[in-house]
Amino acid sequence: MFAIPLAWLQLKREKIRLLVALAGIGFAVILMFLQLGFQDALFDSAITFHRNIEGDIFLVSPQSTSLIAMKSFPERRLYQSLGFSGVKSISPIYIGFGIWKNPFWEGPPMPQTRSILVIGTVPGDNIFSLPGFRERQAQLRLSDVVLFDSASRAEFGPIPAKFEALQPGDMPIATEVENRRVEVGGIFQMGASFGADGNLITSDLNFRRIFSSREKNLIDIGVIQLEPGTDLQATLERFKQNLPGEFRVDPQKTPEQAKEDFVVGDVRVLSKAAFVAVEQNYWKESTAIGFIFTLGAAIGFVVGTVIVYQILYTDVADHLAEYATLKAMGYRNRYLLSVVFQEAIILSIMGFIPGYVLCIGLYSLTRNATALPIDMTLARSIVVLCLTVLMCSISGAIAVRKVQQADPADIF
Amino acid sequence: MLMSPIPIVEIQNVNHSFGSGRLRKQILFDISTTIQPGEVVIMTGPSGSGKTTLLTLIGALRATQDGSLKVLAQELRGASESKLVELRRNIGYIFQAHNLLNSLRAWQNVQMSLELHSDVSKQQSRAMAEEMLASVGLAEWVNQYPNELSGGQKQRVAIARALVSKPKLVLADEPTAALDKKSGRDVVEIMQRLAKQQGSAIVLVTHDNRILDVADRILHMEDGYLSSLDVAAL
Repeated sequence: MFAIPLAWLQLKREKIRLLVALAGIGFAVILMFLQLGFQDALFDSAITFHRNIEGDIFLVSPQSTSLIAMKSFPERRLYQSLGFSGVKSISPIYIGFGIWKNPFWEGPPMPQTRSILVIGTVPGDNIFSLPGFRERQAQLRLSDVVLFDSASRAEFGPIPAKFEALQPGDMPIATEVENRRVEVGGIFQMGASFGADGNLITSDLNFRRIFSSREKNLIDIGVIQLEPGTDLQATLERFKQNLPGEFRVDPQKTPEQAKEDFVVGDVRVLSKAAFVAVEQNYWKESTAIGFIFTLGAAIGFVVGTVIVYQILYTDVADHLAEYATLKAMGYRNRYLLSVVFQEAIILSIMGFIPGYVLCIGLYSLTRNATALPIDMTLARSIVVLCLTVLMCSISGAIAVRKVQQADPADIF
Repeated sequence: MLMSPIPIVEIQNVNHSFGSGRLRKQILFDISTTIQPGEVVIMTGPSGSGKTTLLTLIGALRATQDGSLKVLAQELRGASESKLVELRRNIGYIFQAHNLLNSLRAWQNVQMSLELHSDVSKQQSRAMAEEMLASVGLAEWVNQYPNELSGGQKQRVAIARALVSKPKLVLADEPTAALDKKSGRDVVEIMQRLAKQQGSAIVLVTHDNRILDVADRILHMEDGYLSSLDVAAL
C-alpha cells in the first residue's frame, strides 16, 4: 500500500528497544507454550491407557471417577453382555495400585518403594495396542511374572536398561510388589501420567495373587469388542434394554452424550469416545490442574500485553512530533493508527519465532525429565500464535490513543 | 484590462481567540489580505503577535472561527476535517525545527510527501525525491539519516520535502531560526529559487531581518493586527 514501510523502519532504528521488546514477547510466548503444553501433556498422559485398549464398549462401576480411583463391579455384567447380538468378545481388566520395591536400590539400608499402577488382563486377550506388549504377551502365562512400562519414572529403578542387558541364562530381574515376589518378564511402553508414576501389566491370576485381599468375581473395567460392521448405537441400545437394573443418565449430559454414557443398575456403559472423555473430564473439571495451567497461560498473556504496551507507548511518545508533522502534511489519523498496529503485528510475529524455537528445546527437556508426553503440536502453535497476535493488538489498541494527541497545530 | 488571477490565499475579516469564558483571549483582529500565485510574502512581528496562529489557520491546521479564509479556492471556515486534511496535501510546510522522521533516510523523508499523491508511482517517486534533494544541493546525502546531517542540511531536506510535490503554496515558520548566518541565507535562497521555478507562493514568518530582501511583499503583525510594509522603503 505504501512504498515506505514506516512501521518496520521505526522498529529497526531502535535496535536495543526492539531486542528488549522481542525478549519480553518471547518470554510471554514461552510462558504460554509451557503452561498449555503441560496441561495438554497431563490430559494426554491421563488417557494414554484408555486410547490403547482395543474395545468398542466399556463397562465400569458408576462410582469409578478415573483410572486412579476405580471401584469394582460384578463380572457377571460383563458375561451377560456376551449374549447380546453384535458382541464378538469380552475381556475383564483389573486395576490396582501396589507398592513396588526398586530392586537396584543401593542407597541407605532401607528399600526404596513407590506406588505403581498394576493392570491385570487375561493373557490370551488381545486388547492392548501398547508398543512392545504383543511381543511379550506370552510371558503373562507364567506365574508371578509382570511386564514393566519402560516409560515409568526413574525412581522405580533402571529396569528397562537392565532388562535389555540381560544375557540368555542370566537370572531374571526379581523384585516385590505388595510384598509378593515377582519377576520382570518383559517391557512395554505406555508412559507415566500425573496419576501414576509407573505401570505394570500382569495376568488376571497374578493380579489376584498380588492383591490377595481382593474379592473374587469383581472386575474394574469390562472391555467389549463388537463384530466388524456392527452398529454401535444400536448395540448400546441393546445394553440399555437388557442389562438388569434401573436406567439412569446424568441430567447434565446432552441427549447425544447420554446415548454413549449411561448407567444401568450397577454398571456404567460407555462408548470408547465417552470412556476417554470421562477420564479427561475428571482431570479437566474436577481437579485444580486445568485451572492452574489456564491461569498460568493467562498470566503470560497479561505480562506480554503490558510489555508490548510499554514498548509501543514509548515508541509513540518518542515519535509524537513526527506524527504531528505527518498530520500537517496531510496524513490521516488512520495512517498513523495503522503504523502503530503494524508495529504491534511485526513485534508479535518476531517475538513468537524465538519463543517457539526455545520451547521445542524446553519441551524435550521436560519430556526427558518427567516422562510426560509433551510435544510441540501444530494446534497449540496456532493457538499461541493467535494469542500473541491478540496480545500485541490489545497493546496496540491502548497505545494508539496516544497518537490522537499528536496535534499538527502545536508544531509550528 | 487584465483579469486578476484567482488568489492563492484570500483572507477577509478573520478574528481568532483562544480559551473560553473569562480566560478567552483574542489573538487575531480583523485580518484581511490576499496572496497571489507565485508571490513571496514575509510576515514579521514580535513574538506573541499572532503570526504563527495566522500561519496555522492558512495551513488548515486549525479551524477558522470567524470571517472568511479561502485557500486554493477552498473556503476553510466550516470545512470538514477530511476537507482540511485533503487541502493540507497541497500545501508545503517548513517548520522551525526540521521535524524530519528520524527512522527514515533523507530520500525516504522526501518520498513521504509524495506518497500522499496516488498518481505518482513508486519508482517515479524515488527518482523525484532524489532529484529534489539534488536541487537543494544534497545529491551526495540522499541515503543519510537525519542525525547524520548538519542543521542546514536537515532544513534543506525539509525544503525538499515541502516542495517535491510542487505545491501551489509553501508555508514556512522561522526556517532559519536554528541556523547560522550563511546556512540560513542559503536555505532561504534555495527556497525562493525553487518556489519561483515552480510558481509556488511562499508565506514566510521570520524575525530574521537579514533575509527580508527576498520578499515581494512584507506583512507586519503587531498585537493581532496586520499592516503592510513597503518593500522599497526598506
